[in-house]
Amino acid sequence: MVRTYLLLAWTWLRAAAQYRAQLAMMTLGSFAVNVLDVAAILVIFRHTESLAGFGLAEVMFLYGTAELAFATSDMLFGNVTRLSEQIRTGGFDTMLIRPASAFVQMAVDRFGVQRLGRVTQAVVVLAIALPQLDVPWSRAWMIPLMILCGIVIFTSIFTLGGALQFLLTDAPEVANAFTYGGSALTQYPLSVYGAELVRGVTFVVPLAFVNWQPALFVLDRDAPRGPPHWYSPPAPGAAPAAPPFAALAWRAGVRRYRSTGS
Amino acid sequence: MIELDGVGRSFTVGRRRTRKTVHAVQDLSFTVRAGEFVGYLGPNGAGKSTTIKMITGILAPTSGRLRVAGLDPTRRRTSLARRIGVVFGQRTTLWWDLPLRDSFELVRHLYKVDQIDFRRRLSELTELLDLADFLATPVRQLSLGQRMRGDLTAALLHDPAVLVLDEPTIGLDVVSKAAMRDFLRRLNAERGTTVLLTTHDLGDIEKLCRRVMLIDHGSLAFDGTLDDLRATAPEEDSIEDVVARLYTGWSPALPAEG
Repeated sequence: MVRTYLLLAWTWLRAAAQYRAQLAMMTLGSFAVNVLDVAAILVIFRHTESLAGFGLAEVMFLYGTAELAFATSDMLFGNVTRLSEQIRTGGFDTMLIRPASAFVQMAVDRFGVQRLGRVTQAVVVLAIALPQLDVPWSRAWMIPLMILCGIVIFTSIFTLGGALQFLLTDAPEVANAFTYGGSALTQYPLSVYGAELVRGVTFVVPLAFVNWQPALFVLDRDAPRGPPHWYSPPAPGAAPAAPPFAALAWRAGVRRYRSTGS
Repeated sequence: MIELDGVGRSFTVGRRRTRKTVHAVQDLSFTVRAGEFVGYLGPNGAGKSTTIKMITGILAPTSGRLRVAGLDPTRRRTSLARRIGVVFGQRTTLWWDLPLRDSFELVRHLYKVDQIDFRRRLSELTELLDLADFLATPVRQLSLGQRMRGDLTAALLHDPAVLVLDEPTIGLDVVSKAAMRDFLRRLNAERGTTVLLTTHDLGDIEKLCRRVMLIDHGSLAFDGTLDDLRATAPEEDSIEDVVARLYTGWSPALPAEG
């Protein structure tokens, strides 16, 4: 699996290198968009001292961890949500006749350096935020763990979104609402969104696990508003549960695959 | 080598009120033995592509039993992929932006073909299919005839026991078509590769296939030699007319392309 992924990623990179100007512009473009994202956070903090009780460094920490998890997952597997496109063009048929996992082929399809842009940016934000927070080691061990869990959860959601498209060839919008929409949601302290939403999100979509609960632990804070206290500590518990579920959905999807008319 | 036993595939189409089940293939049974060269005919929407997709493991059948090279295509898709070669005339399995040679190299890795076997087979195929002039050309710059030869090479590098061709001569000029047919005939005769071919070009059938199967409305309507096929309408001169009679002899086909 990993070998196939790397092999195909390298192949796509070489194919992309055929168009140098486009490559340079896409890399530059994705970096510019990400700089604007960081700027948006800085602008908000020029007008307020804090956001729902969180200081600038703390928000950057929230943003950075969520973004790093999401961007890494998106870079590696986000492309599975473009399944309906591949189904329509018949590209998925081609993947199925090769002796390699269709999921891996789908994930790595059209792999390009532009996918690195968001990851780099997240690393930069974290690198600025972390020294200012001065987190002791007794709580800092949670940081890599929460990022890893985030990657696992986001990848599972991407996979579910892809699997959904076997049933509804026009479903990408539904899936994107959960993945990309979910990503924006976790980038700000959840309490700015209000209690109802916090509850809905915590129970319905596991996105809050990605960041909110472990982040409170790292920052040594109580939840200002939101889920009951007994629910807080075992945040990374959701991560191992998600992939088997997503994998089953994907397999069921491949079984139900209908191909196209020709 | 290819065994179908009561295989069916149905699709549910339409939304709630207009929902209905379309049987693209129904109770289809046939066996293709090792070394055979079989033509698979049928009007548009008869179920040809659906059959091909079930044989190659792309679609799971909704009923019946299917074995290709001894494997269940749905459950053992990747193992099967190593034993069969598939060419779709309508789309390429090559990498659009890569030179042909790089595509082949990638195929070697994906199919885990031994380096020495790979070199030998590639040089063989390069000579037979006359690829030398455009091995370094990106696939997107190849002509249709060149690309088809490239696709065929990619499908044969792992020396499959079965070759499945879905309209391999579509859009090719007379010369390319003749070269393609000549190559396929030799492949079947010299290497004993089993070939299943769908086509709308009856020239392919006349020149290549000892056995012809004809599908209509999702079930087998004819299975026999080319002479048997001609004998169904002895008063017709050309094979086109014979087949046209068979196609139109039945009620108009449902638009259930699959």
